[in-house]
Amino acid sequence: MSAAAEDTVTEAPAVEAVPKRAMTLGTGTSLVILAALLVTPVFVKNFVVFQMTMVMIYGIAVLALNILTGGSGQFSLGQSAFYALGAYTSAVLMENFNVNYALTLPIAGLVSFGAGYLFGKPALRLSGIYLALATFALAVAMPQLLKLHFLEHWTGGVQGLTVMKPDAPFGLPIGQDKWLYYFTLVIALAIYIGSINLLRSRSGRAFMSIRDNEIAASAMGVDVAQYKTLAFGVSAGITGIAGGLSAIVVAFVAPDSYTINLAIALFLGMVVGGVGWLPGSFVGAAFIIFVPNIAESISKGLSGAVFGVLLFLVIFLVPHGARQVAMLAQQMLGNLRKN
Amino acid sequence: MELFTNQVLAGIATGAIYACMALAVVMIYQAIDHLNFAQGEMAMFSTFISWQLMQWGVPYWWSFILTLAISFAGGILIERLLFKPLAKAPVLTNVAGFIALFAIVNSVAGLIWDFTIKQYPTPFGSAPFLGSQLISTHQAGMIGVTLLMLVGLYLFFQFTRIGLAMRAAAALPESARLVGVNTSWMIALGWGMASAIGAVAGILIAPVVFLEPNMMGGVLVYGFAAAVLGGLSSPLGAVIGGFLVGVFENLAGTYIPGVGNELKLPIALALIITVLVFKPAGLFGRAIVKRV
Repeated sequence: MSAAAEDTVTEAPAVEAVPKRAMTLGTGTSLVILAALLVTPVFVKNFVVFQMTMVMIYGIAVLALNILTGGSGQFSLGQSAFYALGAYTSAVLMENFNVNYALTLPIAGLVSFGAGYLFGKPALRLSGIYLALATFALAVAMPQLLKLHFLEHWTGGVQGLTVMKPDAPFGLPIGQDKWLYYFTLVIALAIYIGSINLLRSRSGRAFMSIRDNEIAASAMGVDVAQYKTLAFGVSAGITGIAGGLSAIVVAFVAPDSYTINLAIALFLGMVVGGVGWLPGSFVGAAFIIFVPNIAESISKGLSGAVFGVLLFLVIFLVPHGARQVAMLAQQMLGNLRKN
Repeated sequence: MELFTNQVLAGIATGAIYACMALAVVMIYQAIDHLNFAQGEMAMFSTFISWQLMQWGVPYWWSFILTLAISFAGGILIERLLFKPLAKAPVLTNVAGFIALFAIVNSVAGLIWDFTIKQYPTPFGSAPFLGSQLISTHQAGMIGVTLLMLVGLYLFFQFTRIGLAMRAAAALPESARLVGVNTSWMIALGWGMASAIGAVAGILIAPVVFLEPNMMGGVLVYGFAAAVLGGLSSPLGAVIGGFLVGVFENLAGTYIPGVGNELKLPIALALIITVLVFKPAGLFGRAIVKRV
C-alpha cells in the first residue's frame, strides 16, 4: 500500500524481559507448596486427585511453552501436536511393544524433541505472526495425520487406543490414581527444577538474549539459529513427556483429543500464569482445567460466554498473569517486614 | 484438461470466500497490528443480525446497509470497551483477549439463534454463471463485490485524509501522534471498518456455507492463511492469496492421490509455509527493516 519499499521500524520485543531472579519462587514458598502437594491426596477424593494430576500434566506442557515463548521469545500454537506425538509414542509402546510405562516417557520426550528440532529448522526463517501460522498448521495437521489409514495398525485410527492403567509398584497400598499422582508429581518436579536450571545456564541466557534483541545477541556471539531450534526442540520434548504422562493417566488416546483447542488452551494457560514466569505455568494449568467447569456450572447454555468473561476479568485485573499477583504479594510481605 | 479448468474455476469460486475474509483480516491487521482471532465470529454475528432483520420483514438491501452500520458501530464499541484498556498490556495478553471474545460471541449467538442450520438468501440468484455449472451467479457476484471492496479500500487509503492518517497511525504511532493524528481513534475506526468488511464477507458467504454459529471456523483459518500468504500489509495480496489458496486446495484434492477432504487443509497450509520460508513477508508484503 505504501509507496516506500522499506520502512524502518523500531519495535519493542513481543515478549517483555523478565528479570532472572523473578523467574522462580523463593525456597520457603516452594517447600510449603511442595508439602501441601504431598499431603493433599490423602484427604481428598480420587476424582480430585485425578484432576490435580491433570493440572500437573498440563502445567508441564504450559511450562514447555513458557520456555519457548517466555524464554526464547518464539511463539507457538502447535504445542498440541507435540503433546499428541508424546501421548501416541507412549501409548503405542505400551500397547504394541509392552514397554514399561515409566520407560516410555523418556522415549516420548526424545521423539518429540527430534520432531520439534526438525520443525524448528525451517521455522527459523519465520517469526511473530508467521511462526504462529506455521505452528498452527502443524496443530491442525496432527489429528488428521494420526487418522491416516496406513498407521491404523499402530494408532487405532479414529477409535484411538486404550491403555492399561498401571498399579502401584512393590505392592504399595495406594490406589492407581494416587500412585499416578505421586508419579506425576516427581516428574513434574524434576522437569520444573531442570527447566529453571536450564534458563539459568549459558543456554538459558542465550535464549533470553535472543528474546530481548536478536541482532544484539548475534553480535555478542550467540548462535541465534542454533539456540532458536534448540529452544523449539527442548520445548517440544518437554511437551512430549507431558503428552506421554497424559496417555498413562487418562489411559486413552484418540486423535480428536489433540486438536488446535488444546494448543489454544495451553497458550491461555501461559498468559494467565504469566509469560516467562515458570511457577505460573501450574497456576495457568489450573485455570484451563477448572475455569471451563466453573463456567459450565454457572450457565450451561452460555458456558462459552461465561468462560470468556472470566478470562477478560483475569486479563483486565492482572494483564501480566499470576506473576503480577506473586510480585504484589512479595512486595507487600517486604513492606511488612520493614515496618 | 477440462477437469483441470473445472477445478480451477471451482477453486476460484471458493477462493472468493477466502479472499473476502482475508480482506477483513488485513484490514484489522493494518489498524491494530494483531490478527484478530474473533474476526470470524464477529462476522458471523453480523450475518445473524442481518438475517434477523430480514425475518422481521426488512428488505434485503436495507438490512444489508443497516447491518453494515450496526457492525461498524459494534466494532468501535468492542474496541473502546474491551481492547482500549488492554492497549498497554503485553501482546500475548491481547491475543488471549481475542480468544475470550471468540468464546463470548460464539456462545451468545448460539443462545440467541441456536445451532440449527439456516438458509440465507442471495441477491444474485444461483443460476449457472455464463453457462458454467461450477460458478453460480452468486459466486460471480461475490467475486465482483470483493473486487469492488478492494478498489474502494485502495481509494480510501490512498486518496483520503483519514485513510492517510490511519496508515500513519498503524505504521509509526509515535510520529503520527506528533503530527496530530488521534491514533487511539484511528484504531477504533480500524476495528469498525474491519467489522463492517467482515459483515459483508459473512453476508456473502452465508448462502454458500449456510448460517450457523460455527460457520466461520473453517473460513477464518483459510482467511488467515490467505492473508499471510499474500502479505499482511497488502489488501491486494490478501485477495490474490485468497484465490490462490482456493485454487490450490482444489487442485491438491483432485490430483494428489490420497488427499481426501480431510487432508486438504493441512496440505494448503503446508504450501503456504513453504512459500513463507522463501518469502517471509508474504507474496506481496513489504519487508520491514528493523532498527537496532
